[in-house]
Amino acid sequence: MQVSKEEILHIANLAQLELKEDEIEKYMLHLQDILNFANIVKNAPVEGLDITVGANELKNVFRKDEVKQFEDTNSLLQNAPTQEQNMFKIPKVIN
Amino acid sequence: MEITELTVHELQEKIKNKELTIKEINEAYIKRIKEKEPDVQAFITELTEQGLEQAQKIQNKIDNGEKLGELAGIPIGIKDMICTKGIKTTAASKMLENFVAPYDATVMEKINAEEMINLGKLNMDEFAMGGSTEYSYFKKTRNPWDLSRVPGGSSGGSAAAVAANMVPWALGTDTGGSIRQPASFCGIVGLKPTYGLVSRYGVIAFASSLDQVGVFTKDVQDCAMLLNVIAGHDEKDTTSVDIGKKDYTKSLQKNIEGLKIGVPKEFYGDGINPEVKESLNNAILQYKEMGAQVEEFSLDIAQYALATYYIIACAEASSNLGRYDGIRYTYRSKEAKSLKEIYKKSRSEAFGAEVKRRIILGTYVLSSGYYDAYYKRAQQVRTLVMNQFNEAFEKYDIIITPTSPTVAFKIGEKSSNPMEMYLSDICTVSINIAGLPGISIPCGVDKEGMPIGMQLVSKRFGEETIIKAAYAYEQKTKFREKYKPTFKK
Repeated sequence: MQVSKEEILHIANLAQLELKEDEIEKYMLHLQDILNFANIVKNAPVEGLDITVGANELKNVFRKDEVKQFEDTNSLLQNAPTQEQNMFKIPKVIN
Repeated sequence: MEITELTVHELQEKIKNKELTIKEINEAYIKRIKEKEPDVQAFITELTEQGLEQAQKIQNKIDNGEKLGELAGIPIGIKDMICTKGIKTTAASKMLENFVAPYDATVMEKINAEEMINLGKLNMDEFAMGGSTEYSYFKKTRNPWDLSRVPGGSSGGSAAAVAANMVPWALGTDTGGSIRQPASFCGIVGLKPTYGLVSRYGVIAFASSLDQVGVFTKDVQDCAMLLNVIAGHDEKDTTSVDIGKKDYTKSLQKNIEGLKIGVPKEFYGDGINPEVKESLNNAILQYKEMGAQVEEFSLDIAQYALATYYIIACAEASSNLGRYDGIRYTYRSKEAKSLKEIYKKSRSEAFGAEVKRRIILGTYVLSSGYYDAYYKRAQQVRTLVMNQFNEAFEKYDIIITPTSPTVAFKIGEKSSNPMEMYLSDICTVSINIAGLPGISIPCGVDKEGMPIGMQLVSKRFGEETIIKAAYAYEQKTKFREKYKPTFKK
């Protein structure tokens, strides 16, 4: 399994990661190693088997759509690096 | 015997007989932390001062004749993956270095309702990704049996703190072996419950379809007691299952006559250290002597399990860790100017190498062109794994395997080779894939005195069966009376 530099940069971009030059090389090799190992799943006899998403039988869990007040807004906001007027603050997106 | 060597049920006995007070117990543990923590490095956040205040309050209540619960005032340690209101919860990541949880995880609410005393948040691999606790952003925890070795991971701080008697018991999380493997490396009991038995609400997510909270204890009786506290349906976790309230201490029985044990030969192959194999074979003989019916069988999904696990776990992680955007969770790059830069630079600076590696793998297997070949395929293999376990549990009550292919390895031995580290999970991951309960209990030591762990697995919600089987073995073999951590350097 070969992974190209372009591919690793594409994947990093999808994952919102910026890789340094030495990291690109390192992750390329690691990804190749791991994929070579992971390729064994292609030999598994899974013809006709459904996929499993979770270990439990998945069923919808319904509840009443009621607003519950979270009392301590401040404790949520204090974890944000910047905030203003009870909101998360980010740089201007649209000029 | 030192106070800190006692199990929780032994502490309870002494409290009841007025031989010990809550204050004395907590003071003894806090003293022990002061003595041993410089060597072991199990804590990210120590809560000893608050702990002492709490102990005093509970002591006052008792002295005033108030009736409290049986676990009131008993200390505990909590893996730093579990949210604790008003207390830093870091997941051992630079990303969450200053994150203060705004609410308690459901399991913490249960611990607090019992008035247990949280003496600290325990070290782990960053976001629970690793098998040695070397990938913590903060520190490397050392194994109390040999300080030059790892305690296992990812819940290495929890395992080491219990083994070093710095807390009598602790909570951890297990996605692919993160409770059982460190319990095995540190010579204690570690239980990963059935997926859905314990609420994941307020537990930092790694791989949501595999993650489960569980317990580290000194013996099986304590394990049943702590499981009683944390198990139960929670409407805030839609994957949690309502099976009604059970008392797991009722399973602490010594008679296992007729218990049907399956031994899957694929878990005893070439990759398993010979001393580990020998120890397991002796344990199986012991079970036969105790009246169990033992049979070898084939579980050939074992060869696919590790690859399947890493595909699924990393895919889910890449999605779960998308929330760390540099906006809501404390860390933001100082270099970033635009919104896009905030995402990219914050994540690149604050995630460690292993976390990035897994995000990259997870993003890859979910990306267009590879989804079917890896992710979808792995989900089909997951069905195969579950089917094979279901078949096995039609024949057997429990399955016995080694917990890990080796004993605890040296610090630095595997940290630069990801595939080597992943192989450490080979015996545990399939249990998470199938959502089964698994317990690791010590079953011997190797030539160098390092503990070896045995994993007992049962069908979904079969905790009672593995607790019974583990208890019977423990009472017969008395590991704790024979072996103790030496803190050798």
